[in-house]
Amino acid sequence: MNRPDTSVEIAGIKLRNPVMTASGTFGYGQEFAEYMDLEKIGAIITKGLSLRPKAGNRTPRIVETKGGMLNAIGLQNVGVDAFIREKAPYLRTINTPVIANIYGNSLDEYRQVAHLLDTVPEVAGMEVNISCPNVKEGGIVFGTDPKAAFEVVRQVREATIKPVIVKLSPNVTDIVAMARACADAGADALSLINTLTGMAIDLQKRRPVLANVTGGLSGPAIKPVALRMVWQVSRAIELPIIGIGGIMTATDALEFLLAGATAVQVGTANFLDPAASQKVAEGIEHYLAENGIADVKELIGALRV
Amino acid sequence: MQFKSLVLSNTEVSPGYFRMRMTVPAQLSAARPGQFVMVRVRDAIDPLLRRPFGIYDVLILEPDFDGGSPQTCLDILYKVVGKGTETLSTMHHGDHLDVLAPLGNGFDLGKPGEEKILVGGGVGLAPLYFLAKELVKTDCVHLFVGGRTRDDILCITEFERLGIETYVSTDDGTLGEQGLVTEVLEKELTRRKGKASIFACGPHPMLKAVAALAERHGIPCQVSLEAYMACGVGACLGCVVPGKEHTEEAPDFRCVCKDGPVFDFQELQWK
Repeated sequence: MNRPDTSVEIAGIKLRNPVMTASGTFGYGQEFAEYMDLEKIGAIITKGLSLRPKAGNRTPRIVETKGGMLNAIGLQNVGVDAFIREKAPYLRTINTPVIANIYGNSLDEYRQVAHLLDTVPEVAGMEVNISCPNVKEGGIVFGTDPKAAFEVVRQVREATIKPVIVKLSPNVTDIVAMARACADAGADALSLINTLTGMAIDLQKRRPVLANVTGGLSGPAIKPVALRMVWQVSRAIELPIIGIGGIMTATDALEFLLAGATAVQVGTANFLDPAASQKVAEGIEHYLAENGIADVKELIGALRV
Repeated sequence: MQFKSLVLSNTEVSPGYFRMRMTVPAQLSAARPGQFVMVRVRDAIDPLLRRPFGIYDVLILEPDFDGGSPQTCLDILYKVVGKGTETLSTMHHGDHLDVLAPLGNGFDLGKPGEEKILVGGGVGLAPLYFLAKELVKTDCVHLFVGGRTRDDILCITEFERLGIETYVSTDDGTLGEQGLVTEVLEKELTRRKGKASIFACGPHPMLKAVAALAERHGIPCQVSLEAYMACGVGACLGCVVPGKEHTEEAPDFRCVCKDGPVFDFQELQWK
């Protein structure tokens, strides 16, 4: 049998396989080059970029919980200018699409960041973060109100001709309403889910473990929630979906494809195993070959309900 | 690099403290004192994340039979504090671990021939032994070690075997002088007034006090920090500490894993 076709396309971005790295878990790519082949995955998604460098929250910023971890990094990043100056040149040498994750503290900032990245050749597309639970001013405000989401996506859409992916928060009552608002505003694709808001408590000290008190839960613990949301959105909305949430293995990734995702992102698993994303991609190809499936696209949305 | 290690031994050296020896690839013999390893304790989701450990020693074991090849080994020293270290403490000879190493930047060994002062608190002693082994080749080395009680004073006979003069202090006076290690250090610094440089590793309040002493006495000082971290490679940004000039507006956060764990005390903000 020939090698199975693992390629997929998201909003015009051609991926050699459906595996991307989730924003905030993969730095700017270079950090992982020592441990894996960056040209064996579908795309690299950068740490969230803002107009100006951002300090982020106080420490402790992370804590492990049962089957997952909480983080409250607070979107610490080098800022869009430093990204273009210092990080993009390395990414140019890698033959893998790079998607810049962006966020702003205001509509205008979202717009400006998108505009600045619009002409950067290394950036194949943008993933708009409207779902960070750990910053007061931006992010989540846009991620929990469909009207606000519509407005931010519309602004970004106007600021760039590059593909626009919107990353959705699970911390809402109706994920489909959020997805629809983004679709109506001109999004090319949706990625979901971002982290679930949670907290951890130190009984001895009678204090929250994280300096930020609450944080975003990620890891295997959130996979069932993510699968459900991907499934709901894929049935209701026409846009391609990138499934995210607790993917540790190829099996996890394939389940997301069945639920309706065209691609997936590996996040927390990159921390446990810096080569996790490559292993997931290889595992998908192996599964296809083992099961005589010629094309990974046959699995997308193939869930029997 | 990422590799599988075979556990060779795992011994409780003091109540609640373990020393583990594991096999590592030969390239690890180039690891520098102060660097660390990230260990995936089990291929499971609880514990989920890797745990960071300072390198206590790297050594090459000669084969125990003719025609065998030498085996590079790495030792870590750890305290059982939670699920990860608890699980690690149950491992035996023959168990396997997934390891990332060597990570981070090591100590700058400074000018050969100069006096070197090592300051360790509790399990913070770990990277100082590997460092001491290097330093004693050319320098006169003194060790100041502190802990809450005598059970927290680890492996000092090994330092003494290297010919290092050790000053021990405990909070409760059960071993050595009663008081903080920094109080003993201060007395010595005031008495000797000589040229020396400090290498410290231990809990943050101790490092802060050591940094203040270094400042006051005008002595060079490197500190090795501990921090919660998820990845160890500079991606999660969980382990950051503020650099000296750090402000909200002009952030200068350093990753303990990637920029450290060893820093010149003057690079950091100690507020």
